[in-house]
Amino acid sequence: MLRTILVMFGLFVCTHIFAEGGSQAENGSSLSALTTQLPKAKLSKMAPLVDQIAATKTPSTRPLLQYLLDGELYYVRGSNMIVRAVVNQQKQYELTDVLGGTELAPVTKKQIKKIRTNNRLRGQIRSLLAKLDLTDEDPDNRIAALKQLIDKPNDSALDLIQSLIEQEKDSDVQALMQVLLDVQQLKNGDTAQKVAAVASLGESLEPAVKNALVQQLELIDKNSQEPEHVALRSAIQDALDSIESKREFYGVVENIFFGLSLGSVLLLAAIGLAITFGVMGVINMAHGEMIMLGAYTTYVVQLIFPHLIEYSLFIAIPLAFLVSGSVGIIIERCVIRFLKGRPLETLLATFGISLILQQLVRTIFSPLNRQVASPEWMSGSLQINPVFSLTYNRLYIIIFSLMVFFALLMILKKSSLGLHVRAVSQNRDMARALSIKSDWVDAITFGLGSGIAGIAGVVLSQLTNVGPNLGQAYIIDSFLVVVFGGVGNLWGTLVAAMSLGSINKFLEPITGSVLANIIVLVGLVLFIQKRPKGLFPQKGRSAD
Amino acid sequence: MATSSLISKSSGPLGKLSNLHVVIAVLLLATTYVSICNLMFAEGSLLHVSDYTVSLFGKYLCYALLALAVDLVWGYCGILSLGHGAFFTLGGYAMGMYLMRQIGDRGVYGNPELPDFMVFLNWTELPWYWMGSDSVIWMVVMVFLGPGLLAYVFGMLAFRSRVSGVYLSIMTQAVTYALMLAFFRNEMGFGGNNGLTDFKEIFGFSLQQPSTKLGLFIATAVILALAYCVCHYIVNSKMGRVVTAIRDAENRVRFVGYKPEDYKVWIYVVSALIAGLAGALYVPQVGIINPGEFSPLNSIEMVIWVAVGGRNSLYGALIGAIVVSYAKTRFTAIMPEAWLYALGGMFVLVTLLLPKGIAGFVPSIIAKFKGDVSQNDQPNSSTKNKAGEVKS
Amino acid sequence: MIVDKSGSPITATENIRPDTRHGVILYVEDVSVSFDGFKALNDMNLYINDGELRCLIGANGAGKTTLMDVITGKTRPDTGKINFGQQVDLLQLDEAEIARAGIGRKFQKPTVFEQLSVFENIELSLKGDKGIWTSLFHKLTGEQQDRIAEILHTIDLIQERNYPAGRLSHGQKQWLEIGMLLAANPRVLLVDEPVAGMTGQETERTAELLTSLAGEHSVVVVEHDMAFVRSIARTVTVLHQGSVLAEGSMSDIQSNPEVIQVYLGEEQG
Repeated sequence: MLRTILVMFGLFVCTHIFAEGGSQAENGSSLSALTTQLPKAKLSKMAPLVDQIAATKTPSTRPLLQYLLDGELYYVRGSNMIVRAVVNQQKQYELTDVLGGTELAPVTKKQIKKIRTNNRLRGQIRSLLAKLDLTDEDPDNRIAALKQLIDKPNDSALDLIQSLIEQEKDSDVQALMQVLLDVQQLKNGDTAQKVAAVASLGESLEPAVKNALVQQLELIDKNSQEPEHVALRSAIQDALDSIESKREFYGVVENIFFGLSLGSVLLLAAIGLAITFGVMGVINMAHGEMIMLGAYTTYVVQLIFPHLIEYSLFIAIPLAFLVSGSVGIIIERCVIRFLKGRPLETLLATFGISLILQQLVRTIFSPLNRQVASPEWMSGSLQINPVFSLTYNRLYIIIFSLMVFFALLMILKKSSLGLHVRAVSQNRDMARALSIKSDWVDAITFGLGSGIAGIAGVVLSQLTNVGPNLGQAYIIDSFLVVVFGGVGNLWGTLVAAMSLGSINKFLEPITGSVLANIIVLVGLVLFIQKRPKGLFPQKGRSAD
Repeated sequence: MATSSLISKSSGPLGKLSNLHVVIAVLLLATTYVSICNLMFAEGSLLHVSDYTVSLFGKYLCYALLALAVDLVWGYCGILSLGHGAFFTLGGYAMGMYLMRQIGDRGVYGNPELPDFMVFLNWTELPWYWMGSDSVIWMVVMVFLGPGLLAYVFGMLAFRSRVSGVYLSIMTQAVTYALMLAFFRNEMGFGGNNGLTDFKEIFGFSLQQPSTKLGLFIATAVILALAYCVCHYIVNSKMGRVVTAIRDAENRVRFVGYKPEDYKVWIYVVSALIAGLAGALYVPQVGIINPGEFSPLNSIEMVIWVAVGGRNSLYGALIGAIVVSYAKTRFTAIMPEAWLYALGGMFVLVTLLLPKGIAGFVPSIIAKFKGDVSQNDQPNSSTKNKAGEVKS
Repeated sequence: MIVDKSGSPITATENIRPDTRHGVILYVEDVSVSFDGFKALNDMNLYINDGELRCLIGANGAGKTTLMDVITGKTRPDTGKINFGQQVDLLQLDEAEIARAGIGRKFQKPTVFEQLSVFENIELSLKGDKGIWTSLFHKLTGEQQDRIAEILHTIDLIQERNYPAGRLSHGQKQWLEIGMLLAANPRVLLVDEPVAGMTGQETERTAELLTSLAGEHSVVVVEHDMAFVRSIARTVTVLHQGSVLAEGSMSDIQSNPEVIQVYLGEEQG
């Protein structure tokens, strides 16, 4: 599913670029025609010329005007080529061809001449630039322009906004425009207007709004008892309170999001264990190393296909499943099956295996941490509002871990393998009597649990550095998640992982991450004392 | 007839007593030998034992003491503790705090009251839990109180709610892990990352002096011998039989009228006290204690000592600790990389092939050579055989 | 918690003297237990008289073993009351305290301490203080040694006294467990299927032993072997679906139409 989204996204971007390319060429030529008039134009003729230039709306238009505004636009004597010139440390001028974008050799001052402007012209350019930005086709660019304006407002832009706000189709942009106008009204209006502006500003989460409000509050004489001032003061106070409570709300939402993303990591790490320990009753202390193997698989995939970083995760996920899964099957066949019914021995033997695997990785890949690259589409974030955004990597991880969870649930519930696994875990002898190959089922189940740990490793490689100790950090946590949720209950594991993740993230700002870890650990230990069978225990006589 | 037959039974422990004698005699003879070789023969002599080696042996003996503690709970009571390092380290910190205060104004900052790391953190006075740490009595009390209290509280919580088996093991590991995280923090007031180190003297003797090192070694040996006697007494008393019964059939023990929780807490606390003592003896001999000692890997190494030596056998634990530690010293000197392979391999091989460890394996080999497996001597080793079938 | 010198909490179980002035030692009143909706015991009412020998019979799932579990504290009932004598509320005590109070149990599947010798198994079961410190400094008195020897003779395991109990045959383990019961010298013996795996001769001896114990002790026997029940029973209680179906002498029971329909009918069908 992710892949289709990506492909569609890719297609979209491509068509977009091609479409723009066509119109660009056409306007670009007219722009170059206009610019050739620049060196000769008199100041009085400049105004209509600049208007015409602004109307071309090519990618070069905006920088050209900006340079003109900043006094960086020159023409080369003789060739009349329009360039941007910046003085460097050797007092020479570094030139850039404005239309072509190529850099030219530095020249002395004598070889070039500045294109002159005056104040009126600059004012005109400013408003033209603002208009260019505010009527840009991409709403994101419009929003970016508006955000700049909030911090540095100018009158002409505000007038422009006043005229544009009605036609604006994008509701987000429109809202932001309104905020801008309100802020202006708050700063310059009379008291009644101010109160009106404040009332609507209480909804906005822009940092500039809060600053403006605080600023206005300070401007009002604290001791003034004039009814107007009192009303304004309380209005501002209300608006600030409302902003604060919204910020707090989004803070909580953000914590929940972080908690869920941590929970999904825990879920991925623990769910394999929930199968091997919960369903089979085998405690596998090398589970963390299965995770580590998955992470190293990602690393190796990126080493082998350095030009396919974007797709590396899609290659690594099935591969990690196979690598960790087959290592798991080997462990089951060679060690664990001989220790059936002796959980403590199994624990020790698998701990030994975990040490060997760690050292193996150290020998092969060196003990140093390895950096695994993140594909482009994993970076960036989804901006919900000025104080709250969801980073894509966390978002994908939450979705992905839930997908793995439900896939696994389906396998156990619907497939014949799942039926066999449940049969063997409930009554081995009876299952064998029904000619289910219990040995085979054990090996496959163990492989499945280990394989999922491998997938968890791929995900972890996107969040932390990959090193030999990667798995160790997760084994205790995973085990606690399984126990907390109730052994043998996958839903319990889901709930436990998510709630542990959230608890951790809520504690962190209060106590710091180390102490939060400790508190969660101790809390869990106490919980296990009270309810040794977890949140959702399996009931019945057999559970005794 | 009945009475006479029972007397023959009560002579049973006599057979074991000789066992005890052998262990104590070997221990004390070895100690004397090392001491004499260290003192009498000059460097260069074939029989010379260097000061470094003396300290190394002292360290091994501490490990042996620790192994005894692990064996007591795991081998005899079936509690697989993966967190005995916590007790060892707490005991070590109690000693470390005392040694820290003995430095006095000879530290880098020359502050007579505060240890260096506190000065470094700009603390102006000792935290309340460091009060009195310059007294020997305080130190001795804390060496036992710290581990004992932790074991008691944890034991009460865990055993009363009947947590056992793998759950208990993971919980013990979680506890030592949590302690490690906590002690890494500077605010805890135990020196953070670096722990406590740069000790100068103990009871007024300089720790750099070879004679002090030898003294510590001898003291460790004597304490080990005493602890061995205590453990030997415990496992051969009725207490030991109850504990073994708890290991094999905890629920049945309840219906006979014993409270397994009480016994488990008791044996766990005793074991923690021994572990704490081992930690306290360890610190002056290696000269440092830091939170790394809490790491779960350390605790798991203790378990492998006992597994290799033979759980459910006290001398097996001693042998295991010394053999494995010696192997570690050699391995890490020659091929540092290979040590974890060896350790991991040991876990797998011992659990698969040698569930009784050396102590169970060697006698069975001897018996095979003799060719007689007479049933009559079985009862004497009845607590030892079938150790592999210990239930969790 | 108040702790006495032996380190065990004072719950006075050591000194419990069940009040049996009404002639009843065990009151089971309105006890219900359910596992996930399945009612193992359903408003069970049962009274065991002091010194009597009572047999419990009933089909599988009738609640016999659950009843024993409830009395000995292994399972907590959902509702109901269980009293030892008139005053001692057994629901307030845990398994060990109930055992110390004087209710002994032999399990359906013989469970002995397999790593300990036969002698040690009996030794651990002896009546007496079961606290930690007592155990630590315990020395067998001559009297106790004689008592153990006597029991070993009774259960005919004197030859095997130093064997690990795990090496005994199934029947010998049954005997050993009975021996452990004898050593504890409880007021009430709950015996679950004592003759399973025994030869005819051994069964006879068990019958004799249990009959001789009655009087001084109260004995409750659960058994499927009807011949055995007939040979020892004075009063028989029939359980069915978690409640008491009928109670009376063996001949009464055998002629009870309800019992014939439910119990015997089931067996024949």
